[in-house]
Amino acid sequence: MSLSKQHEIHKRRFGRNLGVGLVLAALIAIVFGLTVAKVTGGDLEGALGSAGGTVDGN
Amino acid sequence: MSDASFDSRIHESEAQFGDYFALLKPRVMTLVVFTAFVGLLAAPVAMHPFVAFCAVLFIAIGGGASGALNMWYDADIDAVMKRTARRPIPAGKVTRDEALAIGSALSAFAVIFLGLATNWLAAGLLAFTIFFYVVIYTMWLKRLTPQNIVIGGAAGAFPPMIGWTAATGDISVASVLMFCLTFMWTPPHFWALALFVRMDYDNATVPMLTVTNGRRSTRNHILAYTVLLAILAVALGFTSVGGPLYLTVALVLNALFLKGAWDIWKRDEGASEADNFAVEKKFFKLSLLYLFAHFGAILIEATLSKLGFDWASLGGLLT
Repeated sequence: MSLSKQHEIHKRRFGRNLGVGLVLAALIAIVFGLTVAKVTGGDLEGALGSAGGTVDGN
Repeated sequence: MSDASFDSRIHESEAQFGDYFALLKPRVMTLVVFTAFVGLLAAPVAMHPFVAFCAVLFIAIGGGASGALNMWYDADIDAVMKRTARRPIPAGKVTRDEALAIGSALSAFAVIFLGLATNWLAAGLLAFTIFFYVVIYTMWLKRLTPQNIVIGGAAGAFPPMIGWTAATGDISVASVLMFCLTFMWTPPHFWALALFVRMDYDNATVPMLTVTNGRRSTRNHILAYTVLLAILAVALGFTSVGGPLYLTVALVLNALFLKGAWDIWKRDEGASEADNFAVEKKFFKLSLLYLFAHFGAILIEATLSKLGFDWASLGGLLT
């Protein structure tokens, strides 16, 4: 027998907590993915170019 | 009351993740996702696939957020109508405050992220859509005018236009006509349903055209909107998103839709009751195919065009 018995409320709320966790993980993946897409997709070059710079800082 | 009975009552009414998701009206979201995706793909601009995916996702979240805000405000009337009584708030699963918090937070998230991912015109259009649906439709005009379906339909018609703007950064004739397609389609679609389904909007004191103006007037309205819809739907075929496939689909379906609206207009209540509203039911079923087929045809035209297929070259091969 385990030392601390899991309370019923933890079992009951497992689904909700899992859902929130997955949503947060998806948010991180989206922000990361968008950053990669923007940096490699030419948006950054365009923005820096119009500001008078280049990606490599020259 | 024992602790055990208190616990079991909480257990029964406690919201699960699915209840919060249900606040976003997932069935409406599927239409939003489909039409926004078509609008985005039909645009004559290549987008990074992941950015395009995110744009559609944020538009869908914005649409879902407006659904949650709609449920927050309409909780009183949802509770008295059979169709809506099992929604999370009237069912006692989610509180109104929770719906307001989720709707507001997701609205802000969707608009800001769409702006960051694509452009601020698209984000502004999404913000306007949420404002239009929640404030203009839900809070103001839904309980005031029997034209509420027309106004609500406008909010549902914005996604393809937002998708287009997310890709191109502008608004064009083609994107406005894609908006008009859903906007003009919604009233005849819904009013045909209202003719053969007994709705309990009366209990909720929401004015419905069938009740306020009568069923004859509803039939007139269906015909008038269908004529305008047919003109706009065929006109869309002559823009950049159209083509031979779309035009064929539009001509066939609009001819059938006009015939259906004409048949509904011609008959009276006696004739409808005699065959258990067969014509109205057939028109409603056709309306479901109508919208899906029009946007489906635009999607196929856009896909073929992106793959380098040219209808003119096919004509050359055949001759």
